[in-house]
Amino acid sequence: MDLANFSIQLLNSVQYGLLLFLLAAGLTLIFGIMGVVNLAHGSFYMLGAYLAYALTGAWGNLALAVVVGTALSIALGWLLEKLLFRHFYHRSHLDQVLLTFGLIYIFEEVRSMLWGDDVHSVGIPEVLDWSIKLTDTLSYPAYRLFMLAICSALALGLWLLISKTKLGMKIRAGAFNSDMAQAMGVNIVRLHALVFAMGVALAALAGMLIAPLSSVYPYMGSQVLIMCFVVVVIGGIGSVRGALTAALLVGLVDTFGKVLLPQFASMLVYVLMALVLLYKPEGLFKQ
Amino acid sequence: MTTRRLVLSRSAALLGAASSGLLLPAHAQNSKIRIGLMLPYTGTFAQLGQACDNGFRMALEEKGNKLGGRDIEFFKVDDESEPSKGVENANKLVQRDKVDVLIGTVHSGVQMGIHKVARETGVLCIIPNAGMHAATRALCAPNVFRTSFTNSQPTLALGKAMMAKGHKKAVWITWKYAAGDEAGEGFKEGYLASGGTIVKELGLPFPNVEFQALLTEIASIKPDAVACFFSGGGAAKFIRDYAAAGLKGKIPLYGSGFLTEGLLDDELAPAAQGIMTTLHYSTSLATKRNDAFRLAYAKAFKMQPDVYAVQGYDAGQLLLQGAAAVKGDLSNKKALYAAMEAAVIDSPRGRWTMSKAHNPVQDMYLREVKGKENIVLGVAAKALSDSGAGCKLG
Repeated sequence: MDLANFSIQLLNSVQYGLLLFLLAAGLTLIFGIMGVVNLAHGSFYMLGAYLAYALTGAWGNLALAVVVGTALSIALGWLLEKLLFRHFYHRSHLDQVLLTFGLIYIFEEVRSMLWGDDVHSVGIPEVLDWSIKLTDTLSYPAYRLFMLAICSALALGLWLLISKTKLGMKIRAGAFNSDMAQAMGVNIVRLHALVFAMGVALAALAGMLIAPLSSVYPYMGSQVLIMCFVVVVIGGIGSVRGALTAALLVGLVDTFGKVLLPQFASMLVYVLMALVLLYKPEGLFKQ
Repeated sequence: MTTRRLVLSRSAALLGAASSGLLLPAHAQNSKIRIGLMLPYTGTFAQLGQACDNGFRMALEEKGNKLGGRDIEFFKVDDESEPSKGVENANKLVQRDKVDVLIGTVHSGVQMGIHKVARETGVLCIIPNAGMHAATRALCAPNVFRTSFTNSQPTLALGKAMMAKGHKKAVWITWKYAAGDEAGEGFKEGYLASGGTIVKELGLPFPNVEFQALLTEIASIKPDAVACFFSGGGAAKFIRDYAAAGLKGKIPLYGSGFLTEGLLDDELAPAAQGIMTTLHYSTSLATKRNDAFRLAYAKAFKMQPDVYAVQGYDAGQLLLQGAAAVKGDLSNKKALYAAMEAAVIDSPRGRWTMSKAHNPVQDMYLREVKGKENIVLGVAAKALSDSGAGCKLG
């Protein structure tokens, strides 16, 4: 593998890793702060992709679709938290798993009723529909670079929010010890709703951003969900920094594994997870 | 008094005889033939299942909905493409509904369940799609017939066409799962036999669609051509990513026909131009038989047929021929199977016959994506047969 090729693969890894991070950040926060195992997290990703498809189809403008879609998913997250999840924070994990597992089916059924079972595609916005020529056979799609930039900005924004703002302090306090945080005057009920809505919105946003690159298809959420859990477990539950490190690590291992060891590609990520669990059973960044 | 008693006793005797079946005509000749359709009517493969269903019913409809002179009755089960319910759903039709013939299915995993039931109960089974090798290879059975393909059949025809274009070094890429591996086996056999070299085999877990790393690898290898097996949503994404990575137009892309089947809409078509595939059918096939079929299908169902509709249609034709040979007495299995084995199916895809292992011996067409269609360039392989390795029938 020459240097040019290596750098391009590195770029691929980072881009895949950052996308995984967007998904896993919500999952790890919801699990870390509310203690809810949310199997339906992948459904929000799928919902985002379908929203992008439906709204772009209606308005012909992806940027507008993303803005409205994000607002809609925040509303959905807030509503779900209020109506359902709120009542499950203190229930056993089994109850939560049953609830969220059921939600997967409900979302898939709703998706089927609204948009059918077909595979759809979303056009890349015209401004970004070009490629940068890297080598004589390979070009890099501008949209992928754009996505890389957006994901980096979001990751940075999330990090600033969590580590530098007062709200972030409350979130961290909530993740560390939510009873104590409440005793110190943090409105934990509102914090929960906020974090949940944020998690849903991040997952949906990831879905909306990937829609033009990927196709939009039924059960697309279930695939990424597993990868998300791997990221959360490697990174340490509840740690956003851990999720970022783990997502990038998974991106690297997955990308280079596929190329260098194609016959073992499917298991390398899980080998990584097993190794991390062996030496750091609580994940890389357990708080 | 005596007469009345006589009447009573005689009636009783009559009733007894009737209930014991002495006075009824033989069951097989008069009752309806029970047909079980086990297809995905919901879920990802719902359209494929419905197409098989439409095609099958259309074939029977054309012959007045009679099999060897007997009326028919349909029983339907939605298999949801759910392998874990395969055996249970097949048993619903075979044990509960007592069907004489089972038509199914699309998904190979579910087919394993049907196959188990078919082998255990001996019920006649016609496969209208699922291409898993085992059904007509090591686990073949006298009562199981297929009217579609084996997973390695379309890709087997690729090699010769690629070599004819001077593509001597190729990369093979697919999902790492049974269907992908079997398609790879077909490609390897055909390509190596034609003198080609596979420089690298790439794969990713099913149904993962993050192709970017692999496309970068392809660009750095710079093979003469790329051959692949993908289908459905993943195929659409692969085609799109291939074009976006700048490989389209530089390194020709080949594949099993399922790569482009049913996916060429306004969004995808531009990225798919020029892709060459091999398959046993194309809607653009310009024959009288296909034109007539397309017209009739469009009239009946208000939509265009696809390869799945043709496979379902041929399942109907095969059953019609078999039933006609035994005059509707499906219990005469020896004669029925012999007739089905000897059947020549005048299909919209072209005439085909049954291999000894009960899989179609059929022409594979070389097709190129032009506009929103798979245009037939010619026959890539004439009367292509699956090896049927490990099958001891015939």
